[in-house]
Amino acid sequence: MSVGLFLNVVVEGLTTGLVYGLMALGLSVIFGVVRIVNFAHGEFAVVGMYAAFLLFQAFGLDPIYAAVPIAAMFFFLGYVLQRLVINPFIGRPEHEQFILLVSVAMIVLNLLLMTFGPDGRPINLPYALDSYLVGPLIIDKARLMISVAALAMTLALFAFFRFTATGTAIRACADNLTGAAVVGLDVKRLYAYTCGIGLACVGAAGAMMITIVDVAPTLAPGYTLLAFIIVIIGGLGSLSGALVGGVLIGVCEAVTGYLFEPSMKSMFSFLLLILVLTFRPQGLMGERR
Amino acid sequence: MTLLVVEAVTKRFRGLTAVDAVSFSVEAGEIFAVIGPNGAGKTTLFSLIAGALAPDSGTITLAGEPINGLRPDQIALRGIGRTFQVVRPFPKMTVFDNLMVGSLLRHSATSVARNRADAILERLGLMTQRSKLASELTLPDRKRLEVARALATEPKVLLLDEVMAGLRPTEIDNMVAILRTINAESGTTIVLIEHVMRAVMALAGRVLVLHHGALVAEGRPDEIVRHTEVIRSYLGTEVLG
Amino acid sequence: MNKKRLLPESNGVVENAGAVWLALLAFAVLAIVPLFASRYALSVLILVFYFAYVGQAWNIMMGLAGQLSLGHALYVGLGAYIPALLWLHLEVSPLIGVFAGMGAAMLVAAVIGWLGFRFGIEGVYFALLTIAFSEVARVAVDHIPFAGGSGGLFLPVQAADKASILDLDGGPLLFYYVTLTLAAAATALVAWLTRSRHGYIWRAIREDPQAAEALGINLFAAKMKVILLSAAMTSIAGLVNAFYYRNLFPAQSFDMARSLELIIAPIIGGLGTALGPVIGAFLLTPVGEALIAITRLLGLDAPGTKGVGYGLILLAMIFLKPDGIWPWLVRKFRIRDRP
Repeated sequence: MSVGLFLNVVVEGLTTGLVYGLMALGLSVIFGVVRIVNFAHGEFAVVGMYAAFLLFQAFGLDPIYAAVPIAAMFFFLGYVLQRLVINPFIGRPEHEQFILLVSVAMIVLNLLLMTFGPDGRPINLPYALDSYLVGPLIIDKARLMISVAALAMTLALFAFFRFTATGTAIRACADNLTGAAVVGLDVKRLYAYTCGIGLACVGAAGAMMITIVDVAPTLAPGYTLLAFIIVIIGGLGSLSGALVGGVLIGVCEAVTGYLFEPSMKSMFSFLLLILVLTFRPQGLMGERR
Repeated sequence: MTLLVVEAVTKRFRGLTAVDAVSFSVEAGEIFAVIGPNGAGKTTLFSLIAGALAPDSGTITLAGEPINGLRPDQIALRGIGRTFQVVRPFPKMTVFDNLMVGSLLRHSATSVARNRADAILERLGLMTQRSKLASELTLPDRKRLEVARALATEPKVLLLDEVMAGLRPTEIDNMVAILRTINAESGTTIVLIEHVMRAVMALAGRVLVLHHGALVAEGRPDEIVRHTEVIRSYLGTEVLG
Repeated sequence: MNKKRLLPESNGVVENAGAVWLALLAFAVLAIVPLFASRYALSVLILVFYFAYVGQAWNIMMGLAGQLSLGHALYVGLGAYIPALLWLHLEVSPLIGVFAGMGAAMLVAAVIGWLGFRFGIEGVYFALLTIAFSEVARVAVDHIPFAGGSGGLFLPVQAADKASILDLDGGPLLFYYVTLTLAAAATALVAWLTRSRHGYIWRAIREDPQAAEALGINLFAAKMKVILLSAAMTSIAGLVNAFYYRNLFPAQSFDMARSLELIIAPIIGGLGTALGPVIGAFLLTPVGEALIAITRLLGLDAPGTKGVGYGLILLAMIFLKPDGIWPWLVRKFRIRDRP
């Protein structure tokens, strides 16, 4: 395989990986702060995809711009979800939380199946065939745009968590829950914000994803697992880890998909997960538990 | 004969020396108390003996065999039973089932283990609670359950971590009586961490005082109570009357 | 949170002779059902017994020992493919091939157990580990040509009058009794295990591993035993799967949806109890069938209606009766099932 071709494959993985990273960031925030195993993560991502799909079909709205209102909608959704559904389950045994979210996932997934059917739906972006040439690289305009968008959102989130009072409060909850409560932080409300943020990331990532993948309900479980793989490999509790993990997995998928077969790419991600769980469970950038 | 020997055992946690070259030995059949202010390293010491932690240096010997570095279950098999400072009964199992887990260590036949468990229930006055879930018990009963469960493993040495804490005076007397009986009838060696001096004075043949992880004093209870350093660091001058 | 939620340690074993007689009676009744039941009813019951059986296998590992595996489809798949391939290519009777399937399942379980328990991978991380193995298997088998690949593996059927037990080739009647026997045996096993030495050890680990260790329990050994047992039992379900449906697809056999499917009955019925998986299976399977029938009646018939139904039921259960139905029944009718 020529260097040029290899580079193109890597860049393709990189761009996908940035969107994966954004999606995983949502999970990292939810899993890391609220400590809920969100097994419905992929389902929400696909809902985001369909939302962007519908907006495009109805108004011709570019999915990348649609990501913004979708993110806002999903923030609200996450907030409500946490308050009503997830809150009662905090502190309950892990398998109960798990069943809760599996049932939510089952409902969402099957509702999507009922509404849209199992077939993949593409969207026809006006600039779908545009690309830029940089040396040996051929970069699709769509991919470039979603990379920028994903990166921008991620950086905005970093800034939020680093520099705002609410963001710092949320980080405090993740670090030391009792301490946070003791100093008077409204933990329940912060949890709700966290789930809102988490789902906003997922929704936005879904909207961006539709520019490169045909949307279908069956993508959902795969995305859930992908998000978990990325979060664990990147390191729980590390926002940059989610980004790095996302890119790593994106590139890994692209390269292995090319070297072997596209249908085999998930296998390598899972093998990577097994390795990380065994030898470095805190992930690449997480702290030792 | 000397049953348990702790020799120059040290444990550090990232710069904090929790246990500092502590040495002592416990004779078979005696009741030995470990006292000291909070944070003195007493529970850490127990965890080291029971195998939940490994010492950074030093040795721990039980009946002549070194046990430091062994797993907790291996050490339990060799004859050390322990209770935890914050009691840890198996919440969704009955009192009887809790004891069964202990008695099954020495008797793999369930019928025999059943009889042994019932015998201990009787002895510790928990028969009436037999079918209750551990999570349904009051604190004093939970403490007795914790002791009973450790006893069910037929230990040579019983490590009791603040088993009197939270008990009212009558309950304390009750527990003291139980422990005395166990020690007298079965010859079980008892090492107890205690803050309740009344229990220490009533039970212990010898007392060890820890402060900042280091051994401050060792001797009979009446000697310890008069020891200046012990008074300064822990007991307070009121004890002199 | 309401305090009454504290689960009584009900073992689903009502400890008296009456319970044993009741169980034998139930078995006898079920044994003669084929005399007057329709083919359709038989097929539904086969599903019930199947899910009760595989639910028990998972129940031993999760309900008794508290080890969450979400990749049990892996063992179903191995237990399906290996005997099927042995029969197809080497004409090995499935009654012998089942042991090869079991062996493979136990081998893989040993690897998973060793990785998880040696390296302290617990809780949701362990669950993800199990999923990872199952997914790797799915993709791998998808690309193995002699296993049929994604096109699938097909087991030819003999003529209808030549039913053969050795080849596990028979209609619903044969599999009715096979699955009934498996489910009954598994339920009896769980009831016995709960009060056995191993059951006590596993339950202690489930409750509090550190306290269990302080009582002399070797955590690694005990956990390995339970994962091996669970895997071996689950692989037999795979055998039934393969020879009853007579076709296998990696996407079907190893899929995470399969793993999730088999845990629903024990959870709804009552995790950690002997009757839980049975009750769960008896409730869920007919409900599933009813959902399909209703949606067809209403003209909806969209793929997914059954899934939404199941999801809602699961959601309702986890909110209202998180311990499952059997513990609730025990409480409500004060069924005495403790020593």
